[in-house]
Formats: sequence, C-alpha cells, structure tokens
Amino acid sequence: MNIWLGTIQLGVKSLWLHPLRSLLTVLGIFIGVASVIWLLAISKGIGDEAQRQIESLGADTIMIRTIKPPSEKMSAQGLTPYGLTREEFDLLSTGIPTVKSALPIRELRRQFQYRDRKLDGRLVGCTPEYFEVNRMEMADGHFISDAENFSMATNCVLSAKMAERLFWHEDPIGKRIYLPENQDFYFVVGVLKPKGATAAVGGSMAAQDFSNDVYIPIRTLHQRIGDMVMVSRSGSREGEIIELNQITLRVTQVSDVKRTADLVESALSSHEKMEDISVVVPLELLEQARTTRAMFMLFMGMIAAISLLVGGIGIMNIMLATVTERTREIGIRRALGAKRRDIIRQFLVETSVLSLAGGITGILFGLLCGPAVNGARALANAWFSEQMADLPEVVRTVQPSIVPESIPGAFLISLIVGLVFGIYPATRAAKMNPIEALRHE
Amino acid sequence: MSTPHFDTDGFACRVVDMKKEYVLKSETVRALRGVSFDVPEGDYVAIMGPSGSGKSTLLNMLGCLDKPTSGSLWLGNDDVAKMNDDQLADIRSQRIGFVFQSYNLIQQLTVVENIQVPLFYQGRSLSKEQQRRSIELAHMVGLAERLDHRPTQLSGGQQQRVAIARSLVNDPFFILADEPTGNLDSRTTEEILQLFEKLNNEGRTIILVTHEDEVSKRAKRVVRLKDGRLQWDKQNSQEVRDAAAKYAIDNMPVEV
Repeated sequence: MNIWLGTIQLGVKSLWLHPLRSLLTVLGIFIGVASVIWLLAISKGIGDEAQRQIESLGADTIMIRTIKPPSEKMSAQGLTPYGLTREEFDLLSTGIPTVKSALPIRELRRQFQYRDRKLDGRLVGCTPEYFEVNRMEMADGHFISDAENFSMATNCVLSAKMAERLFWHEDPIGKRIYLPENQDFYFVVGVLKPKGATAAVGGSMAAQDFSNDVYIPIRTLHQRIGDMVMVSRSGSREGEIIELNQITLRVTQVSDVKRTADLVESALSSHEKMEDISVVVPLELLEQARTTRAMFMLFMGMIAAISLLVGGIGIMNIMLATVTERTREIGIRRALGAKRRDIIRQFLVETSVLSLAGGITGILFGLLCGPAVNGARALANAWFSEQMADLPEVVRTVQPSIVPESIPGAFLISLIVGLVFGIYPATRAAKMNPIEALRHE
Repeated sequence: MSTPHFDTDGFACRVVDMKKEYVLKSETVRALRGVSFDVPEGDYVAIMGPSGSGKSTLLNMLGCLDKPTSGSLWLGNDDVAKMNDDQLADIRSQRIGFVFQSYNLIQQLTVVENIQVPLFYQGRSLSKEQQRRSIELAHMVGLAERLDHRPTQLSGGQQQRVAIARSLVNDPFFILADEPTGNLDSRTTEEILQLFEKLNNEGRTIILVTHEDEVSKRAKRVVRLKDGRLQWDKQNSQEVRDAAAKYAIDNMPVEV
C-alpha cells in the first residue's frame, strides 16, 4: 500500500465517520462549481442569442426606419405625413456609390381571411431583396419577383405560421386570401420556412417577429392601399400617412459600413427636426453586444466565484473543527512515527477529497445545464403558461451554451480551493506537540 | 555521528546523565536532574515514582517524543538526544513500541489496520510478510476473530491487547508501556500482565511506568524516581514476583 494511496483511503474513512458533515461540506463546493458552469453557460447563451439576432440583420447592412414622431411635432388637426419617402429611397439607392442594393419596406397591420378563418397579421410590401436580406428560405413556391413588383401583381407570399393557421392542411399555393379591410384578394405564390426573430430595430423594443407575415410587392401595396392608412382601434379611428416604414441598404464591403452610415445620416438630415426616423447600424450593435456580453459573463463569473469562496471557507471551517476534534488521533499518530509532513498530507488529502468530490459532482451537474434549463422551462410552460407568456423573450428562449474552458477551470479552482483552505488547518494539526496532543481528551 | 565510547551491544537502551528543564511562566522547572541507567535486552523494568518525580518526563524521553536538555539516550548505536524532529519520528516508528493507559487506538481503523499503523509511517508499502505478521500478532493477543472490528466494538482489555499487538508490529527495541493497566479491572489487569510476562519470557524488553506496587512487583527490576533523580534501582527476586502473581490470582473477585 503506497503512502499516498493509503492516505487517501484513510481520508475517505475519516470523512465517512461524519457522513452528513462531509456531505454538507461537499455541497458547498458542489454549488460553487455548478454555479460557475451554469452562470457562465446561461450568460453565454443570452449573449449568443443577442449576437445571433443582430448577426441575422447582417453586418453589412444599414437600416433606416420610420418612427412615429413625438405628438407635439404633429399638427393637431388632420394627419401629418412623416417618415421616409420614395424619393429618399431613390436618392439613397442610386446616390451613394458604396450602396450595393437597397430595399424599401412598407408594413401594415391587417386582417387576413381564408374561408371563414380570420387572422390578424402584418402585411409587408417589399421587393425581392427582402428575401435575401432577411435570410429567408422557401418551403414551397417562389418569393415576390421583380416582374411581379413591376407589374403590380396581386400575388402574395405567406410565412410558415400564417400558412398553417389559415390553410390548415390545405395546400395554399394558387389559393386566394381575402383582406376584408381593403376588400381585396391576393393569390398565394409561395410559403416560407419558419424563421426565428431578429434583434429589435428602431424605436420598438420587441424583436422583429416574422411569424405572422404576408408579403406582397411594394408597388402593388402602393397602388391598391396607398400611403394613408386608417385603423379602427377600440372605437376611435387612427391613421397615418407614411410612404415607407424602412429602407435597408446593403453596403459593398463591411469596412465601408460606418462611412456609408455617416453619408446616409447627412443625406437624411432634413428629418432631424421631426425626429421621425432612426438609423440602425447592426455592426455597431454587434460590437456593443460583444462588449456587453463580455461584461455580463465577467460579472456572472464573479458571482459564481464568490459562491466558490464561500464553499472554500466552509471547508476550512469544518477542517478546523475536525483538527481540534482529532487532536488525540494526531498525537497517537505522531507517537507511532508520523512526521509533521505525514500529518499535513493526511489533512490536505482530506480537504482535497472533499473539494474534488464537490468539483466533480459539480461539473457533472453543470453539464446538465442545457437539458435542465429546457426541462424546467417545459414544466413552467405546462403549469404556468400564462405567467410564462408575460416573461421577457430571453427567459423563454435562452439556450445555455457551456463555456468549454469553464470545465477544466472549475475543476482546477475546486482543487485550489481545497488546498488553499486546507493548508491552515493542516499546518495547525502538524504543529501540535505530540505529548500535549496525546494528553488531550 | 560520533561513535559510542562505550558498548551498546546487548542493551535495549542506555540513559546517560539525562537532564531536562522546562521554562514554565518564566520559572525553570528541573524535571530531570541527571538520571542514568541501562536497560539490557530482555529486561522487564518498572519505573515508579510519585507525581512530580519526573516519571512522565522520563517516559517522554524514552519514547523519543521529547529531547533531553543534556545527556544522552542511546538506542542501538544512535544518540537520540542529538536527533531532529523527523529522525525522532523515524526512531519511534522503527524502534519503539508504545502501549498507553487509554489504549489510544484510532477509531476509524479496524483491529488489523490499527496494528499496522507504525508500519504505515515507515514509508514503504506493506510487504506480504508484514501483512502476515500483523495478523499473527492479532492471533497472539487472542483477537483472531475480531480482525475487522472497530475499537468501539471491543472491551477495554481487548483494546489494550490490540495496542500491545500494535507495539510489537515493528519488532521494537523495547515496549514502552505507560500505566497499561490503569484503566482496567483486576481480572483484565492480570490478563495484560500475564501477556507482558509471556512476551518477556520470549525475550522482549519491556519498560513499564506504573504507580501500583502490585504491578511493579511483577517486573524483574524496579527503578524509582524522586525529585528528578534516581532514588533506587533494585532487582525483584523470583520469589517476590511469584508471590505477587499468586496474590493477584488469589484475590481475584469471584465471578458471579
């Protein structure tokens, strides 16, 4: 029996004398290690999600959005036109050399009907570029084409969810949907694949959701619906006169994005007074998100480190009590030939066994982070579905992603915690005078 | 290491003009004021003396738990008084067998593991031979059936017998027993004393510290300390020893 092996065996036996006490001490380290892995994984998951949403906007794009101006800027009577105009779109798409392509967008809340099924959704007037810019994929049929836009065809493309809800198991292609507010019909020519939300742009805080969309050519929308839109909302009628809700520019090179954004802002300086547009540069958002994520993870890591520290103090506390309690045993061992370093080794091995047990179980539990979060969310969805729906998007969708470095890191830290917090009690045990230790009751 | 200027062959240990002083609250206590005696191999010595006589101090010196202020303690060809802490620990694990008043077994270990503790600190892996020997020792002290018991499952006498087996496992120069029967009733005391006698007859050297005349009369020789000095050192005749043994057996309480 090797002296180290023997000491480890002995340590386990000694710890087993007080199973509950040892278990609670291990629990301290376990929680510390597991929380390091969990907090890092969850914060990385949140950061990744934000980054993914921003990335899906495209790092080479610039977005100019119409926002509703503050009410004091609007005239009291009648409707004030505001926002981006088609003239500005022409200017931006042709006047700036670094702009590769430009996409005009007009969005309206509308009701859609097929047979007796009615559904509220978003009617989006756009050009074929929309498909590419938003990285969409077709499930069936084709997206709006240039020809359809030019000829102002009354064709439309449905999002996956819209197609499913309106048509159930029928094939939507070739069918007509009805817009009751405009008494107008559109032929379905394509259905999109499901698509996740992207980062929030413009004044709205909510992420852009593509699930309830119906796409038609923008020229069709202009011709058949026009710029002025009236909405009946809870008895009162509200309206707006907007030519375009958004212009998305794609820049030839990512390195040109910032310069182009400056040019765009100066070209649209006439809107400064009305405060009715906002320019969004995803690249800047992305950089911001990266710094935010790093800060967030650092912060979470610090919180987790504190819980590890508390676990370490727990170990030290227990070991100090153990050393006092086992003074007699130390005396016996010294009398029978144990050197000071044998005693130090014995107690260090015990603390290391404690901290490594906590470290290893903590890592195993940490690896369960993803399934555990998803499981807990599924349960919460099943039992408190209403409350869950009110929670922020991020709580409902975050996917923890384990930071690979956190596994060896947590293991190492738990080992170090065991050694650091074990050294003092161990040296205290070794420093005892064997004669006095033997006399101890 | 200086060579001894006198013969150590045939001696378990030799104490030469041993002095020990402590400083207690700025007052110097002279616990041993120059003690000399030899313990030949195969001897059975009882050390006696009232409290404050330096008995415990001498015991700590003989057990290599402490070093004398001056003088020497020869164990074989080594003067223990000149050794450092680690060397003393090695001496304890290799040359001395301890038996304590309160048995001092380690609670989390079994009988056979307790017997092996001194070997554990010799720093080598246990050989088959040592493994066999520790079990043999358990047999010898009559605990063959209880190898895997814990100390708490044993009576006082059984625990003391484990301690005696433990003291023999490293084949020591001598067994150093500190009031080994102090916690035991007269029947168990007799068992232990008979075990010591048997070991001594087999050639083991035993140094026993006691304050009971009945116990000291069973040894071959009695060394009495007083005020840190040797008061007298005499041999017990065989008649005295036999009479003490007979007296102990005759006065054993009758089992009800």
